[in-house]
Amino acid sequence: MSEDTLNKVRELVDTVYRTESRRILATLIRLLGDFDAAEEALHEAFAIAVEQWTRDGIPNNPRAWLVSTGRFKAIDGIRRRTRFDASLAELATQLESGIHDAQENPAESIDDDRLRLIFTCCHPALSPEAQVAMTLREVCGLTTEEIAKAFLTSPPTVAQRIVRAKAKIRKARIPYEVPSETALPDRLDAVLRVIYLVFNEGYSASSGESLTRRDLSAEAIRLGRLLMELLPDAEAMGLLALMLLHDSRRAARISRTGDLILLEDQDRSLWNRDQIAEGVALIGKAFASRQIGPYTIQAAISGFHSQVTHPTATDWPQIVSLYDLLMQASPSPVVELNRAVAVAMRDGPLAGLALIDAIFARGDLTNYYLAHSAKAELCRRLGRIAEAKAAYQQALSLTQQKPERRFLEQRLAGLQDHK
Amino acid sequence: MKFLLLVHHDENAFSKMSETTRKEMLEKSVHLTHQLHNKGQYLSASPLHPASTAVIVRVREDKPLVTDGPFIETREQLAGYFLINANDLDEAVGIAVQVPGARIGSVEVRPLIEISGLPTEKC
Repeated sequence: MSEDTLNKVRELVDTVYRTESRRILATLIRLLGDFDAAEEALHEAFAIAVEQWTRDGIPNNPRAWLVSTGRFKAIDGIRRRTRFDASLAELATQLESGIHDAQENPAESIDDDRLRLIFTCCHPALSPEAQVAMTLREVCGLTTEEIAKAFLTSPPTVAQRIVRAKAKIRKARIPYEVPSETALPDRLDAVLRVIYLVFNEGYSASSGESLTRRDLSAEAIRLGRLLMELLPDAEAMGLLALMLLHDSRRAARISRTGDLILLEDQDRSLWNRDQIAEGVALIGKAFASRQIGPYTIQAAISGFHSQVTHPTATDWPQIVSLYDLLMQASPSPVVELNRAVAVAMRDGPLAGLALIDAIFARGDLTNYYLAHSAKAELCRRLGRIAEAKAAYQQALSLTQQKPERRFLEQRLAGLQDHK
Repeated sequence: MKFLLLVHHDENAFSKMSETTRKEMLEKSVHLTHQLHNKGQYLSASPLHPASTAVIVRVREDKPLVTDGPFIETREQLAGYFLINANDLDEAVGIAVQVPGARIGSVEVRPLIEISGLPTEKC
Protein backbone atom coordinates (compact mmCIF):
# COMPACT_ATOMS: atom_id res chain seq x y z
CA MET A 1 0.00 0.00 0.00
CA SER A 2 1.37 3.41 -0.90
CA GLU A 3 2.22 6.07 1.59
CA ASP A 4 -0.07 8.31 -0.43
CA THR A 5 -3.17 6.17 0.12
CA LEU A 6 -2.47 5.97 3.81
CA ASN A 7 -2.21 9.76 4.07
CA LYS A 8 -5.41 10.22 2.10
CA VAL A 9 -7.29 7.84 4.36
CA ARG A 10 -5.89 9.52 7.46
CA GLU A 11 -7.03 12.87 6.16
CA LEU A 12 -10.50 11.54 5.44
CA VAL A 13 -10.75 9.92 8.86
CA ASP A 14 -9.73 13.24 10.44
CA THR A 15 -12.43 15.06 8.50
CA VAL A 16 -15.05 12.48 9.40
CA TYR A 17 -13.95 12.74 13.03
CA ARG A 18 -14.34 16.51 13.02
CA THR A 19 -17.73 16.56 11.35
CA GLU A 20 -19.32 13.31 12.50
CA SER A 21 -17.79 12.15 15.78
CA ARG A 22 -20.39 13.89 17.97
CA ARG A 23 -23.25 12.41 15.97
CA ILE A 24 -21.71 8.96 16.14
CA LEU A 25 -21.13 9.34 19.87
CA ALA A 26 -24.75 10.36 20.43
CA THR A 27 -25.96 7.22 18.67
CA LEU A 28 -23.46 4.96 20.43
CA ILE A 29 -24.60 6.29 23.82
CA ARG A 30 -28.14 5.24 22.96
CA LEU A 31 -27.09 1.86 21.63
CA LEU A 32 -24.74 1.04 24.49
CA GLY A 33 -26.61 2.87 27.24
CA ASP A 34 -23.42 4.25 28.74
CA PHE A 35 -21.35 7.38 28.12
CA ASP A 36 -17.93 5.91 28.87
CA ALA A 37 -18.50 2.72 26.89
CA ALA A 38 -19.70 4.83 23.96
CA GLU A 39 -16.63 7.07 24.06
CA GLU A 40 -14.32 4.09 24.17
CA ALA A 41 -16.18 2.46 21.28
CA LEU A 42 -16.02 5.70 19.30
CA HIS A 43 -12.25 5.88 19.56
CA GLU A 44 -11.79 2.21 18.77
CA ALA A 45 -13.96 2.53 15.69
CA PHE A 46 -11.90 5.45 14.37
CA ALA A 47 -8.65 3.60 15.05
CA ILE A 48 -9.90 0.56 13.13
CA ALA A 49 -11.15 2.81 10.31
CA VAL A 50 -7.63 4.02 9.44
CA GLU A 51 -6.43 0.45 9.13
CA GLN A 52 -9.40 -1.07 7.38
CA TRP A 53 -10.24 1.74 4.99
CA THR A 54 -6.66 1.77 3.75
CA ARG A 55 -6.88 -1.95 3.04
CA ASP A 56 -10.47 -2.36 1.82
CA GLY A 57 -11.38 1.11 0.58
CA ILE A 58 -13.75 3.73 1.97
CA PRO A 59 -17.22 2.41 2.90
CA ASN A 60 -20.27 3.94 1.23
CA ASN A 61 -21.56 5.37 4.47
CA PRO A 62 -18.60 6.06 6.77
CA ARG A 63 -20.84 7.19 9.62
CA ALA A 64 -22.96 4.03 9.61
CA TRP A 65 -19.79 1.96 9.32
CA LEU A 66 -18.29 3.69 12.35
CA VAL A 67 -21.48 3.28 14.41
CA SER A 68 -21.74 -0.44 13.77
CA THR A 69 -17.99 -1.02 14.17
CA GLY A 70 -17.99 0.86 17.48
CA ARG A 71 -20.98 -1.11 18.63
CA PHE A 72 -19.55 -4.52 17.73
CA LYS A 73 -16.27 -3.60 19.38
CA ALA A 74 -18.09 -2.63 22.58
CA ILE A 75 -20.09 -5.87 22.63
CA ASP A 76 -16.88 -7.81 21.94
CA GLY A 77 -15.25 -6.10 24.88
CA ILE A 78 -18.17 -6.96 27.16
CA ARG A 79 -18.09 -10.60 25.94
CA ARG A 80 -14.40 -10.81 26.74
CA ARG A 81 -15.04 -9.50 30.23
CA THR A 82 -17.88 -12.00 30.83
CA ARG A 83 -15.19 -14.56 31.50
CA PHE A 84 -14.52 -12.66 34.71
CA ASP A 85 -17.98 -11.33 35.40
CA ALA A 86 -20.91 -13.53 34.44
CA SER A 87 -23.47 -10.78 34.98
CA LEU A 88 -22.20 -9.09 31.83
CA ALA A 89 -23.34 -11.95 29.60
CA GLU A 90 -26.93 -10.82 29.83
CA LEU A 91 -25.94 -7.27 28.95
CA ALA A 92 -24.02 -8.41 25.86
CA THR A 93 -26.98 -10.48 24.65
CA GLN A 94 -29.32 -7.59 25.30
CA LEU A 95 -27.11 -5.19 23.32
CA GLU A 96 -26.79 -7.65 20.46
CA SER A 97 -30.50 -8.32 20.24
CA GLY A 98 -31.19 -4.66 19.59
CA ILE A 99 -28.88 -4.49 16.59
CA HIS A 100 -31.40 -5.24 13.86
CA ASP A 101 -34.12 -2.80 14.79
CA ALA A 102 -31.58 -0.06 15.48
CA GLN A 103 -30.02 -0.28 12.05
CA GLU A 104 -33.24 -0.08 10.16
CA ASN A 105 -33.42 3.66 9.96
CA PRO A 106 -30.05 5.09 10.95
CA ALA A 107 -30.46 8.44 9.17
CA GLU A 108 -33.75 9.20 10.86
CA SER A 109 -32.70 8.39 14.38
CA ILE A 110 -29.40 10.22 14.26
CA ASP A 111 -30.93 13.68 14.74
CA ASP A 112 -32.99 12.34 17.62
CA ASP A 113 -29.85 10.98 19.19
CA ARG A 114 -28.21 14.40 19.11
CA LEU A 115 -31.28 15.92 20.77
CA ARG A 116 -31.30 13.13 23.36
CA LEU A 117 -27.68 13.90 24.11
CA ILE A 118 -28.39 17.61 24.55
CA PHE A 119 -31.37 17.01 26.84
CA THR A 120 -29.51 14.47 28.95
CA CYS A 121 -26.47 16.76 29.36
CA CYS A 122 -28.80 19.61 30.39
CA HIS A 123 -30.95 17.48 32.72
CA PRO A 124 -32.09 19.47 35.78
CA ALA A 125 -30.89 16.66 38.06
CA LEU A 126 -27.33 17.78 37.21
CA SER A 127 -25.87 20.94 38.72
CA PRO A 128 -25.66 23.95 36.36
CA GLU A 129 -21.84 23.67 36.28
CA ALA A 130 -22.12 19.99 35.39
CA GLN A 131 -24.69 20.74 32.68
CA VAL A 132 -22.31 23.23 31.07
CA ALA A 133 -19.29 20.92 31.34
CA MET A 134 -21.22 17.92 29.98
CA THR A 135 -22.65 19.90 27.08
CA LEU A 136 -19.27 21.29 26.05
CA ARG A 137 -17.57 17.93 26.47
CA GLU A 138 -20.13 15.57 24.96
CA VAL A 139 -22.12 17.70 22.51
CA CYS A 140 -19.36 20.06 21.36
CA GLY A 141 -16.42 17.70 21.81
CA LEU A 142 -14.25 20.16 23.75
CA THR A 143 -11.51 18.60 25.84
CA THR A 144 -11.50 18.85 29.62
CA GLU A 145 -8.47 21.17 29.35
CA GLU A 146 -10.28 23.47 26.92
CA ILE A 147 -13.33 23.68 29.18
CA ALA A 148 -11.16 24.35 32.24
CA LYS A 149 -9.30 27.12 30.44
CA ALA A 150 -12.50 28.73 29.22
CA PHE A 151 -14.01 28.73 32.71
CA LEU A 152 -10.79 29.60 34.51
CA THR A 153 -10.87 26.44 36.60
CA SER A 154 -8.48 23.52 36.80
CA PRO A 155 -8.77 20.50 34.50
CA PRO A 156 -9.14 18.12 37.49
CA THR A 157 -12.15 20.13 38.69
CA VAL A 158 -13.82 19.89 35.30
CA ALA A 159 -12.90 16.21 34.96
CA GLN A 160 -14.42 15.49 38.36
CA ARG A 161 -17.61 17.34 37.45
CA ILE A 162 -17.92 15.23 34.30
CA VAL A 163 -17.16 11.95 36.10
CA ARG A 164 -19.77 12.74 38.77
CA ALA A 165 -22.35 13.77 36.19
CA LYS A 166 -21.84 10.54 34.24
CA ALA A 167 -22.12 8.51 37.44
CA LYS A 168 -25.35 10.29 38.29
CA ILE A 169 -26.75 9.69 34.80
CA ARG A 170 -25.96 6.00 35.20
CA LYS A 171 -26.94 5.45 38.82
CA ALA A 172 -30.05 7.61 39.04
CA ARG A 173 -30.94 6.46 35.54
CA ILE A 174 -31.36 9.85 33.95
CA PRO A 175 -33.08 8.87 30.71
CA TYR A 176 -31.51 9.31 27.29
CA GLU A 177 -34.66 10.73 25.80
CA VAL A 178 -36.20 13.82 24.30
CA PRO A 179 -38.67 14.87 27.05
CA SER A 180 -42.38 14.25 26.67
CA GLU A 181 -44.49 17.07 25.28
CA THR A 182 -45.69 18.17 28.73
CA ALA A 183 -42.16 18.40 30.12
CA LEU A 184 -40.62 19.83 26.95
CA PRO A 185 -41.08 23.60 27.58
CA ASP A 186 -39.34 23.46 30.97
CA ARG A 187 -36.61 21.17 29.78
CA LEU A 188 -36.02 23.29 26.67
CA ASP A 189 -35.66 26.33 28.93
CA ALA A 190 -32.87 24.51 30.75
CA VAL A 191 -31.09 23.79 27.46
CA LEU A 192 -31.44 27.40 26.32
CA ARG A 193 -30.11 28.57 29.69
CA VAL A 194 -26.99 26.41 29.33
CA ILE A 195 -26.34 27.69 25.80
CA TYR A 196 -26.81 31.32 26.88
CA LEU A 197 -24.54 30.78 29.87
CA VAL A 198 -21.80 29.43 27.61
CA PHE A 199 -22.29 32.39 25.29
CA ASN A 200 -22.14 34.95 28.08
CA GLU A 201 -19.09 33.34 29.62
CA GLY A 202 -17.43 33.78 26.24
CA TYR A 203 -18.82 37.25 25.65
CA SER A 204 -17.94 38.78 28.99
CA ALA A 205 -15.51 36.76 31.00
CA SER A 206 -16.36 36.96 34.69
CA SER A 207 -12.83 37.92 35.64
CA GLY A 208 -9.38 38.27 34.22
CA GLU A 209 -7.69 40.22 31.49
CA SER A 210 -9.53 39.17 28.39
CA LEU A 211 -13.04 40.49 27.94
CA THR A 212 -14.06 38.07 25.21
CA ARG A 213 -13.26 34.44 24.90
CA ARG A 214 -14.33 34.08 21.34
CA ASP A 215 -14.23 30.32 21.20
CA LEU A 216 -16.92 29.90 23.83
CA SER A 217 -19.28 32.35 22.14
CA ALA A 218 -18.69 30.70 18.79
CA GLU A 219 -19.37 27.33 20.41
CA ALA A 220 -22.62 28.66 21.92
CA ILE A 221 -23.74 30.00 18.54
CA ARG A 222 -22.94 26.64 16.97
CA LEU A 223 -25.00 24.95 19.69
CA GLY A 224 -27.83 27.42 19.11
CA ARG A 225 -27.85 26.61 15.40
CA LEU A 226 -27.80 22.89 16.10
CA LEU A 227 -30.71 23.14 18.53
CA MET A 228 -32.74 25.24 16.13
CA GLU A 229 -32.09 22.77 13.35
CA LEU A 230 -33.18 19.86 15.52
CA LEU A 231 -36.04 21.58 17.31
CA PRO A 232 -37.24 24.73 15.55
CA ASP A 233 -38.88 26.33 18.58
CA ALA A 234 -39.52 30.11 18.63
CA GLU A 235 -37.37 30.69 21.70
CA ALA A 236 -34.51 28.66 20.20
CA MET A 237 -34.69 31.10 17.26
CA GLY A 238 -34.87 34.03 19.65
CA LEU A 239 -31.81 32.88 21.56
CA LEU A 240 -29.80 32.32 18.39
CA ALA A 241 -30.84 35.78 17.16
CA LEU A 242 -29.85 37.34 20.48
CA MET A 243 -26.41 35.71 20.41
CA LEU A 244 -25.81 36.67 16.78
CA LEU A 245 -26.76 40.30 17.43
CA HIS A 246 -24.51 40.57 20.48
CA ASP A 247 -21.71 38.85 18.65
CA SER A 248 -22.10 41.17 15.64
CA ARG A 249 -20.74 44.02 17.80
CA ARG A 250 -17.70 42.12 18.99
CA ALA A 251 -15.19 44.03 16.87
CA ALA A 252 -16.67 47.39 17.88
CA ARG A 253 -17.10 46.61 21.55
CA ILE A 254 -13.48 46.69 22.59
CA SER A 255 -10.82 49.23 21.68
CA ARG A 256 -7.37 48.33 20.46
CA THR A 257 -6.09 48.81 23.98
CA GLY A 258 -8.65 46.33 25.30
CA ASP A 259 -11.09 48.89 26.71
CA LEU A 260 -14.83 48.52 26.73
CA ILE A 261 -16.73 50.81 24.33
CA LEU A 262 -20.38 51.64 25.05
CA LEU A 263 -23.03 50.96 22.44
CA GLU A 264 -23.55 54.66 21.73
CA ASP A 265 -19.81 55.23 21.18
CA GLN A 266 -19.18 52.20 19.00
CA ASP A 267 -18.03 52.50 15.40
CA ARG A 268 -21.09 50.99 13.77
CA SER A 269 -19.24 50.30 10.52
CA LEU A 270 -17.41 47.57 12.42
CA TRP A 271 -20.62 45.70 13.17
CA ASN A 272 -20.99 42.40 11.37
CA ARG A 273 -23.82 43.02 8.89
CA ASP A 274 -24.29 39.35 7.99
CA GLN A 275 -24.85 38.38 11.60
CA ILE A 276 -27.27 41.29 12.05
CA ALA A 277 -29.23 40.31 8.93
CA GLU A 278 -29.43 36.70 10.10
CA GLY A 279 -30.46 37.74 13.61
CA VAL A 280 -33.14 40.15 12.42
CA ALA A 281 -34.59 37.53 10.06
CA LEU A 282 -34.77 35.05 12.94
CA ILE A 283 -36.59 37.59 15.13
CA GLY A 284 -39.16 38.03 12.35
CA LYS A 285 -39.66 34.28 12.18
CA ALA A 286 -39.92 33.94 15.97
CA PHE A 287 -42.48 36.77 16.21
CA ALA A 288 -44.48 35.22 13.37
CA SER A 289 -44.87 32.04 15.45
CA ARG A 290 -46.78 34.12 18.05
CA GLN A 291 -45.04 32.25 20.86
CA ILE A 292 -42.85 35.08 21.99
CA GLY A 293 -40.62 34.51 24.97
CA PRO A 294 -37.91 36.43 26.82
CA TYR A 295 -35.04 35.54 24.45
CA THR A 296 -37.00 36.72 21.42
CA ILE A 297 -37.93 39.99 23.15
CA GLN A 298 -34.34 40.65 24.18
CA ALA A 299 -33.23 39.87 20.63
CA ALA A 300 -35.82 42.31 19.30
CA ILE A 301 -34.47 45.05 21.60
CA SER A 302 -30.97 44.33 20.40
CA GLY A 303 -32.25 44.29 16.82
CA PHE A 304 -33.62 47.83 17.16
CA HIS A 305 -30.14 49.02 18.10
CA SER A 306 -28.53 47.05 15.29
CA GLN A 307 -30.65 48.55 12.58
CA VAL A 308 -29.92 52.24 13.16
CA THR A 309 -26.76 53.74 11.75
CA HIS A 310 -26.48 56.49 14.36
CA PRO A 311 -27.37 56.32 18.08
CA THR A 312 -29.47 59.50 17.90
CA ALA A 313 -31.82 57.71 15.51
CA THR A 314 -32.61 55.00 18.10
CA ASP A 315 -36.33 54.39 18.53
CA TRP A 316 -36.44 54.64 22.34
CA PRO A 317 -40.25 54.59 22.69
CA GLN A 318 -40.29 51.22 20.85
CA ILE A 319 -37.47 49.91 23.00
CA VAL A 320 -39.26 50.95 26.21
CA SER A 321 -42.38 49.13 25.07
CA LEU A 322 -40.36 45.99 24.37
CA TYR A 323 -38.96 46.24 27.91
CA ASP A 324 -42.54 46.52 29.17
CA LEU A 325 -43.27 43.29 27.32
CA LEU A 326 -40.14 41.69 28.78
CA MET A 327 -41.19 42.73 32.30
CA GLN A 328 -44.39 40.74 31.73
CA ALA A 329 -42.68 37.71 30.21
CA SER A 330 -39.77 37.47 32.62
CA PRO A 331 -39.70 40.17 35.32
CA SER A 332 -36.41 40.73 37.16
CA PRO A 333 -34.54 43.65 38.72
CA VAL A 334 -31.96 43.54 35.90
CA VAL A 335 -34.70 43.90 33.28
CA GLU A 336 -36.10 46.74 35.35
CA LEU A 337 -32.71 48.45 35.36
CA ASN A 338 -32.40 48.18 31.60
CA ARG A 339 -35.90 49.52 31.22
CA ALA A 340 -34.96 52.46 33.47
CA VAL A 341 -32.03 53.30 31.17
CA ALA A 342 -34.31 53.17 28.12
CA VAL A 343 -36.86 55.39 29.92
CA ALA A 344 -34.05 57.85 30.67
CA MET A 345 -33.30 57.99 26.96
CA ARG A 346 -36.96 58.54 26.11
CA ASP A 347 -38.05 60.89 28.92
CA GLY A 348 -34.78 62.33 30.23
CA PRO A 349 -32.28 61.29 32.96
CA LEU A 350 -34.45 62.37 35.91
CA ALA A 351 -37.18 59.85 35.00
CA GLY A 352 -34.62 57.05 34.68
CA LEU A 353 -32.89 57.95 37.92
CA ALA A 354 -36.17 57.78 39.85
CA LEU A 355 -36.69 54.23 38.58
CA ILE A 356 -33.15 53.12 39.52
CA ASP A 357 -33.46 54.66 42.99
CA ALA A 358 -36.73 52.77 43.44
CA ILE A 359 -34.92 49.48 42.66
CA PHE A 360 -32.18 50.29 45.21
CA ALA A 361 -34.80 51.35 47.78
CA ARG A 362 -36.26 47.84 47.59
CA GLY A 363 -32.80 46.46 48.35
CA ASP A 364 -32.33 44.96 44.88
CA LEU A 365 -29.16 45.19 42.74
CA THR A 366 -27.17 46.97 45.45
CA ASN A 367 -24.24 44.64 44.68
CA TYR A 368 -24.57 44.89 40.91
CA TYR A 369 -21.90 47.21 39.51
CA LEU A 370 -23.84 48.01 36.35
CA ALA A 371 -26.72 49.43 38.40
CA HIS A 372 -24.37 51.88 40.14
CA SER A 373 -22.62 52.66 36.89
CA ALA A 374 -25.99 53.43 35.23
CA LYS A 375 -26.97 55.65 38.15
CA ALA A 376 -23.62 57.48 37.91
CA GLU A 377 -24.13 58.13 34.23
CA LEU A 378 -27.60 59.61 34.79
CA CYS A 379 -26.33 61.79 37.66
CA ARG A 380 -23.52 63.01 35.44
CA ARG A 381 -26.00 63.99 32.74
CA LEU A 382 -27.99 65.89 35.35
CA GLY A 383 -24.84 67.72 36.48
CA ARG A 384 -24.96 66.07 39.93
CA ILE A 385 -21.22 65.44 39.95
CA ALA A 386 -20.73 64.47 43.60
CA GLU A 387 -23.46 61.82 43.37
CA ALA A 388 -22.07 60.58 40.07
CA LYS A 389 -18.62 60.23 41.62
CA ALA A 390 -19.93 58.26 44.59
CA ALA A 391 -21.88 55.93 42.32
CA TYR A 392 -18.89 55.26 40.05
CA GLN A 393 -16.77 54.51 43.10
CA GLN A 394 -19.42 52.13 44.35
CA ALA A 395 -19.46 50.41 40.93
CA LEU A 396 -15.66 50.12 40.97
CA SER A 397 -15.73 48.40 44.32
CA LEU A 398 -18.04 45.74 42.86
CA THR A 399 -16.21 44.51 39.73
CA GLN A 400 -12.95 42.61 39.35
CA GLN A 401 -12.87 42.55 35.58
CA LYS A 402 -9.96 44.63 34.33
CA PRO A 403 -11.43 46.20 31.16
CA GLU A 404 -14.56 47.15 33.06
CA ARG A 405 -12.53 48.64 35.90
CA ARG A 406 -10.53 50.68 33.41
CA PHE A 407 -13.75 51.89 31.84
CA LEU A 408 -15.14 53.02 35.22
CA GLU A 409 -11.84 54.66 36.16
CA GLN A 410 -11.86 56.65 32.93
CA ARG A 411 -15.43 57.77 33.56
CA LEU A 412 -14.46 58.81 37.07
CA ALA A 413 -11.42 60.71 35.77
CA GLY A 414 -13.71 62.40 33.21
CA LEU A 415 -15.84 63.70 36.07
CA GLN A 416 -12.84 65.23 37.78
CA ASP A 417 -11.97 67.12 34.58
CA HIS A 418 -15.54 68.30 34.57
CA LYS A 419 -15.11 70.13 37.85
CA MET B 1 -35.45 0.08 38.94
CA LYS B 2 -36.33 1.08 42.48
CA PHE B 3 -36.44 4.62 43.81
CA LEU B 4 -37.05 5.81 47.35
CA LEU B 5 -39.02 9.03 47.65
CA LEU B 6 -38.22 10.69 50.96
CA VAL B 7 -40.84 13.24 51.94
CA HIS B 8 -39.54 16.11 54.09
CA HIS B 9 -41.54 18.89 55.63
CA ASP B 10 -41.59 21.49 58.38
CA GLU B 11 -43.22 19.66 61.30
CA ASN B 12 -44.22 22.86 63.10
CA ALA B 13 -46.03 24.19 60.09
CA PHE B 14 -47.62 20.79 59.51
CA SER B 15 -48.89 20.51 63.08
CA LYS B 16 -50.51 23.93 62.73
CA MET B 17 -52.47 22.87 59.68
CA SER B 18 -56.15 22.02 60.23
CA GLU B 19 -57.20 18.46 61.00
CA THR B 20 -59.23 18.34 57.77
CA THR B 21 -56.28 19.43 55.63
CA ARG B 22 -54.00 16.84 57.18
CA LYS B 23 -56.61 14.13 56.69
CA GLU B 24 -57.03 15.19 53.09
CA MET B 25 -53.31 14.93 52.47
CA LEU B 26 -53.21 11.46 53.97
CA GLU B 27 -56.15 10.35 51.83
CA LYS B 28 -54.43 11.69 48.72
CA SER B 29 -51.26 9.84 49.63
CA VAL B 30 -53.17 6.60 50.10
CA HIS B 31 -54.93 7.21 46.80
CA LEU B 32 -51.53 7.67 45.12
CA THR B 33 -50.31 4.31 46.46
CA HIS B 34 -53.33 2.61 44.88
CA GLN B 35 -52.71 4.33 41.56
CA LEU B 36 -49.10 3.17 41.67
CA HIS B 37 -50.17 -0.32 42.66
CA ASN B 38 -52.43 -0.58 39.61
CA LYS B 39 -49.43 0.19 37.40
CA GLY B 40 -47.17 -2.23 39.22
CA GLN B 41 -45.06 0.61 40.59
CA TYR B 42 -45.94 0.42 44.28
CA LEU B 43 -43.59 -1.37 46.67
CA SER B 44 -44.19 0.26 50.06
CA ALA B 45 -45.05 3.57 51.70
CA SER B 46 -45.69 5.04 55.12
CA PRO B 47 -45.91 8.29 57.03
CA LEU B 48 -43.63 8.62 60.06
CA HIS B 49 -44.31 9.87 63.58
CA PRO B 50 -42.70 13.28 64.27
CA ALA B 51 -38.92 13.48 64.64
CA SER B 52 -39.41 14.06 68.41
CA THR B 53 -40.24 10.34 68.68
CA ALA B 54 -36.95 9.33 67.09
CA VAL B 55 -33.93 7.79 68.71
CA ILE B 56 -30.45 7.79 67.25
CA VAL B 57 -28.31 4.68 67.60
CA ARG B 58 -24.56 4.60 67.12
CA VAL B 59 -22.10 1.86 67.85
CA ARG B 60 -18.62 3.06 68.75
CA GLU B 61 -15.92 0.64 69.73
CA ASP B 62 -18.60 -2.02 70.02
CA LYS B 63 -20.52 0.06 72.53
CA PRO B 64 -24.04 1.10 71.61
CA LEU B 65 -24.84 4.78 72.14
CA VAL B 66 -28.51 5.59 72.14
CA THR B 67 -29.56 9.23 72.18
CA ASP B 68 -32.57 11.27 71.27
CA GLY B 69 -32.54 13.37 68.15
CA PRO B 70 -32.03 13.92 65.30
CA PHE B 71 -30.46 17.30 66.01
CA ILE B 72 -30.66 18.58 62.51
CA GLU B 73 -30.30 22.28 61.84
CA THR B 74 -32.68 22.26 58.93
CA ARG B 75 -36.32 23.04 59.58
CA GLU B 76 -37.53 20.19 57.39
CA GLN B 77 -37.69 16.70 58.84
CA LEU B 78 -38.30 13.31 57.29
CA ALA B 79 -42.06 12.82 57.38
CA GLY B 80 -42.66 9.69 55.31
CA TYR B 81 -41.55 7.68 52.32
CA PHE B 82 -42.68 5.90 49.16
CA LEU B 83 -40.70 3.00 47.73
CA ILE B 84 -41.51 2.72 44.04
CA ASN B 85 -40.61 1.06 40.77
CA ALA B 86 -39.83 3.36 37.85
CA ASN B 87 -38.11 2.95 34.50
CA ASP B 88 -35.93 6.00 34.87
CA LEU B 89 -35.41 9.19 36.86
CA ASP B 90 -37.93 11.20 34.85
CA GLU B 91 -40.63 8.65 35.65
CA ALA B 92 -39.68 8.73 39.34
CA VAL B 93 -39.79 12.51 39.35
CA GLY B 94 -43.18 12.33 37.64
CA ILE B 95 -44.43 10.30 40.63
CA ALA B 96 -42.69 12.53 43.19
CA VAL B 97 -44.58 15.59 41.94
CA GLN B 98 -47.84 13.76 42.75
CA VAL B 99 -46.84 13.21 46.39
CA PRO B 100 -49.05 15.56 48.47
CA GLY B 101 -46.09 16.34 50.78
CA ALA B 102 -44.27 17.95 47.83
CA ARG B 103 -46.78 20.81 48.05
CA ILE B 104 -45.79 21.79 51.57
CA GLY B 105 -42.26 20.41 51.81
CA SER B 106 -39.89 18.58 49.49
CA VAL B 107 -39.42 15.11 48.10
CA GLU B 108 -35.94 13.71 47.74
CA VAL B 109 -35.69 11.10 44.98
CA ARG B 110 -32.99 8.47 45.60
CA PRO B 111 -32.13 5.54 43.35
CA LEU B 112 -31.64 2.25 45.21
CA ILE B 113 -28.56 0.11 44.79
CA GLU B 114 -29.78 -3.33 43.77
CA ILE B 115 -27.92 -5.99 45.68
CA SER B 116 -28.31 -9.73 45.76
CA GLY B 117 -28.59 -11.97 48.81
CA LEU B 118 -31.57 -10.22 50.40
CA PRO B 119 -34.63 -12.19 51.48
CA THR B 120 -37.13 -12.21 48.58
CA GLU B 121 -40.01 -9.81 48.86
CA LYS B 122 -43.54 -10.83 48.13
CA CYS B 123 -44.00 -7.94 45.68
